[in-house]
Amino acid sequence: MSSAFEVLDCPVPASVQDLGRPGFRRFGVPTSGALDAVSLRLANALVGNPQGAAALEMRLIGPRLRALVPLRVALAQAEGVIDTAEGGRKALPPWQSAMLAAGDVLKIGKVTVGAGYLAVAGGFAVPPVLGSRSTYARAGFGQLLQKDMCLPVGQAELSGPERAVLPAPTFAAGPLRVIPGPQRERFTDAAWETFLCAGFTVTPQADRMGLRLSGPKLDHVAGADIVSDAVTPGAIQVPGDGRPIVLLADGQTVGGYAKIATVISADLPRLGRLLPGDAIRFAAVTVDEALAALRAQEEWLAATIAAIRPLAMGEPDLAALYETNLVDGVIHAE
Amino acid sequence: MRLRELGDAALTLELGDSIDRAVHAQVMAAYEALANESLPGVTDLVPTYRSLTVHFDPLIIDRQALIERLTAATTTPSKSVMAGRHVEIPVRFGGESGPDLAEVAKATGRSAEDIVDTLCSLEFTVYLIGFLPGFPYLGDLPDWLRLPRRATPRTAVPPGSVAIAGQQAAVYPWESPGGWHLVGRTEVRMFDAANAERPALLAPGDTVMFVRV
Repeated sequence: MSSAFEVLDCPVPASVQDLGRPGFRRFGVPTSGALDAVSLRLANALVGNPQGAAALEMRLIGPRLRALVPLRVALAQAEGVIDTAEGGRKALPPWQSAMLAAGDVLKIGKVTVGAGYLAVAGGFAVPPVLGSRSTYARAGFGQLLQKDMCLPVGQAELSGPERAVLPAPTFAAGPLRVIPGPQRERFTDAAWETFLCAGFTVTPQADRMGLRLSGPKLDHVAGADIVSDAVTPGAIQVPGDGRPIVLLADGQTVGGYAKIATVISADLPRLGRLLPGDAIRFAAVTVDEALAALRAQEEWLAATIAAIRPLAMGEPDLAALYETNLVDGVIHAE
Repeated sequence: MRLRELGDAALTLELGDSIDRAVHAQVMAAYEALANESLPGVTDLVPTYRSLTVHFDPLIIDRQALIERLTAATTTPSKSVMAGRHVEIPVRFGGESGPDLAEVAKATGRSAEDIVDTLCSLEFTVYLIGFLPGFPYLGDLPDWLRLPRRATPRTAVPPGSVAIAGQQAAVYPWESPGGWHLVGRTEVRMFDAANAERPALLAPGDTVMFVRV
């Protein structure tokens, strides 16, 4: 478990995340964990890890990392370029694994959605805090990535071919599905109609704690404040200004604003993919429909992982070449 | 009693609408009844002022069975009611440790001494932990000591700060932004992540007294 990656550059804070830290909410500890657990699980599967291994979650632009030892990596929702120690350069498209030799530099470019993931065989072996390697910076659980930091990686078997999800996975679009919230009756019927019929836009106030939305104002019946009670990722609280806030993985465990709705578990990864400026809509479903959607997602994920196939030695990765916008400069760098 | 859906993976049992020790005692009784059972698939039980939220994995636990169990927990008294712990927290009041004590005295028309005496004479109940890991909401302050939050929150409240706002007192476990009035500071560690059994010094249902040092 020695140092395996050296951070050469990290323009936007990135953090190690796994599937989170449940079990401590009564002590005020949020679950944290990957904003898009589906992408994290796929990236881990590509490098032969357990699905919940710790990976690097990146936003907007990824870091530049130097491999200190041979490593197998895979990207989800992001693209990279490998500058090899020998002076070569090759693209690392998403959804397929690749080997890094000691001295190779991996530059991760634009993260195409709200969160991208870098998985490494063996997982990022930062010390677990309360049973999870997920970073929660507000309480000093782990550390955000910084230039010159070194990241440890666990033991892994690196033999065998590279593997890929081909074709690249596509994710469901359409309205985000919600269950009426625990304080639905604290909103006027007109506000509920508006919530379901109008569109909202993700504002720049978007981080791992939550997303502030802009759109039509949602009116309360008797004020926005409630006696604080428990919240959860996906809960949509509406403060006095009538603008909804969707809570995410690092959101507080309790809150004092009325909650109009809760995004269903199956759609939480979709919240993690949102970027400021994205337009969203909501649609109400029943708890049974939410459960069916979650089961369907688990089945899809199991089937997708089962269909991960080896890339034959030297096989040109045409699908990825056609489907991926290669990071600046790579196309001309043959 | 009302059962509320907090999405497809959590249920909130509401036992009242206000901040009230009797309601909170009911919440803690329901919490203890369920905590003693360790139901598979239940990941978290979160007691608050007036409600108990059960977070669970909907792929593991049968929702209907959970609802029945929750309902039973509020009607059947817990077999072994675990009394909360009593914790004394040594506090240095005023001066650099409590930069707002003088303002609180001015706003309430009492002396700083009166305020410290009052804070050290109350047995606080830990209603809930939230806002930050280990941040306790302690109640209740007497009516005359209830002040609105500061008009301009501080961007960085030092860790260990003992603070008041409204009917509550709290101790900041971490440096954080905050709008409460800072009256003192403790060196007691409010959160220790190495203690997985009980990482926060305080848990809902505990009682707390401040001791002047």
